Amino acid sequence: MDLEYFFQLFLGGLTRGSIYALIALGYTMVYGIIQLINFAHGEIYMIGAFTGLIVSSVLTMVGMPIPAVVILAAMAAIIYSCSYGYTMEKIAYKPLRKAPRLSALISAIGMSLFLQNYVLLAQTSDFLPFPSLIPDFDFWEPYAHIITSPELVIIMTTVVVMILLTFLIKFTKIGKAMRATSQDKMMAALLGINVDKVISVTFIVGSATAAIGGILIASHIGQINFYMGFIAGIKAFVAAVLGGIGSIPGAVLGALVLGWTESFFAGYISSDYEDVFAFLFLVLILIFRPSGILGRSETQKV
Amino acid sequence: MKPILEVKNMTMDFGGLRAIDSLDITINQGEIIALIGPNGAGKTTFFNCITGIYTPTSGDIHISPPHGEPQRINGLKPNVITKKGLARTFQNIRLFTSMTVLENVMIGCHAVTKAGVLGAIFRGPATKAEESRIVEKSYSILEKMGLARYVNDLAVNLPYGAQRRLEIARAMATDPFLLLLDEPAAGMNPQETRALDELILRLRDREGVAILLIEHDMKLVMSLSEKIYVVDYGKKIGEGTPEEIRNNPAVIKAYLGEEIDA
Repeated sequence: MDLEYFFQLFLGGLTRGSIYALIALGYTMVYGIIQLINFAHGEIYMIGAFTGLIVSSVLTMVGMPIPAVVILAAMAAIIYSCSYGYTMEKIAYKPLRKAPRLSALISAIGMSLFLQNYVLLAQTSDFLPFPSLIPDFDFWEPYAHIITSPELVIIMTTVVVMILLTFLIKFTKIGKAMRATSQDKMMAALLGINVDKVISVTFIVGSATAAIGGILIASHIGQINFYMGFIAGIKAFVAAVLGGIGSIPGAVLGALVLGWTESFFAGYISSDYEDVFAFLFLVLILIFRPSGILGRSETQKV
Repeated sequence: MKPILEVKNMTMDFGGLRAIDSLDITINQGEIIALIGPNGAGKTTFFNCITGIYTPTSGDIHISPPHGEPQRINGLKPNVITKKGLARTFQNIRLFTSMTVLENVMIGCHAVTKAGVLGAIFRGPATKAEESRIVEKSYSILEKMGLARYVNDLAVNLPYGAQRRLEIARAMATDPFLLLLDEPAAGMNPQETRALDELILRLRDREGVAILLIEHDMKLVMSLSEKIYVVDYGKKIGEGTPEEIRNNPAVIKAYLGEEIDA
């Protein structure tokens, strides 16, 4: 077996998985807190990519140096996506918090369609070219045939985001409040935790990671359109379910497994069928381990 | 004695069901009060109304914290009421099972601290100082409750009696002036119940909190409480000292049924 080819596929899968992970985090965190599949999450990621494109185009036009463009565009995308995520929760989910779960789910699908069409009307239906924000580093040249510098940046960024997020959830006050709220909302409230605020923060954090993912993948693939959030959202959703929805390490693991599955099947069998294999894998996991790889099976006390 | 909680004429309806029917209850500073009654009498509903889980249909709930303004708290959110100094436990254990004992208590402490979200993320010196204060406070609460040796264990791995005590410790972490205990002795063996008896007295005497407890263990109720309120079908059917309650015909009727004249 050709070892170098294997490594290429492995790292390609890792890159893909990293992107899925950045988006899957938002799904799994929101599910963990309010048991809602936020179907409009993919749109947040798409809005992040669009904001990144607009801001980076403007800044490039005025002649800013590339590193400054990258950082400012990313920050703008994060802030913009976060405000969309925050507003979305307030208008589409909060009023339905006591309603049956299905109502909130339908509201999420409505939100998703609304945002897609809003961007379609406000921007365009065409594919837009996205500038490659991450340059090929000279020092990385010798290894570039295995993994390109943009791919490297994607993986590194994801690792940094994961570390920050783990820190936030494990050690900070708001992180403890998030864990408490996800376990028992009423008890959390009775201990003085403002549950509404915790939910807002969850949406904001999830939107921020999605926006980072949006910028990274747009710059990597080189084009975006209003529909990009849909398939990416579905894939990230699959990743979250694979890993066990509600579990943060699960979402990352699920995303990586999905990335590798796609990459290896595409590399060794046929790239035409990569999505088929990805979803086939999902079906198999759900048959043999319905709660996902790291998900806890719910034992109900009687 | 100064009243710290005054419930006046409170009624709670669920559709056509009147769960609480114009109830009056007063608690003074430093008192241990018991609320008893048959199953389904509305005791837990009463707790839920006071702590903001339900908003009573009518009536008034007034609090006068020892160090604060008297105010009406009907319809406030649970987290707001907790911050004003009312804390409670539940009938069933509701610990955050996947967190450590220390973290459980720290969450209670967080209720009364200031640092916001941004402070938590950027960790300024003020946030750090506050964090270490919280850890210290949590340790000292755990020590007082005899839970110090479990500090880093997961809450779920504690023995039953210790889990119950941890629930009280967590409630105490919010610095309450009134502690509401919903069947704290449920499922405890006689030895654990005795320890609980001492613990509740200690909380009152050393920490100065007033305690309102719902309890079915009559031995515990009679030995602990200064005053007992008896409710049935949401109505108050008796109030008084343990001695008065023991001899109250309405109470005996509610618990044992009517005497048949022979």
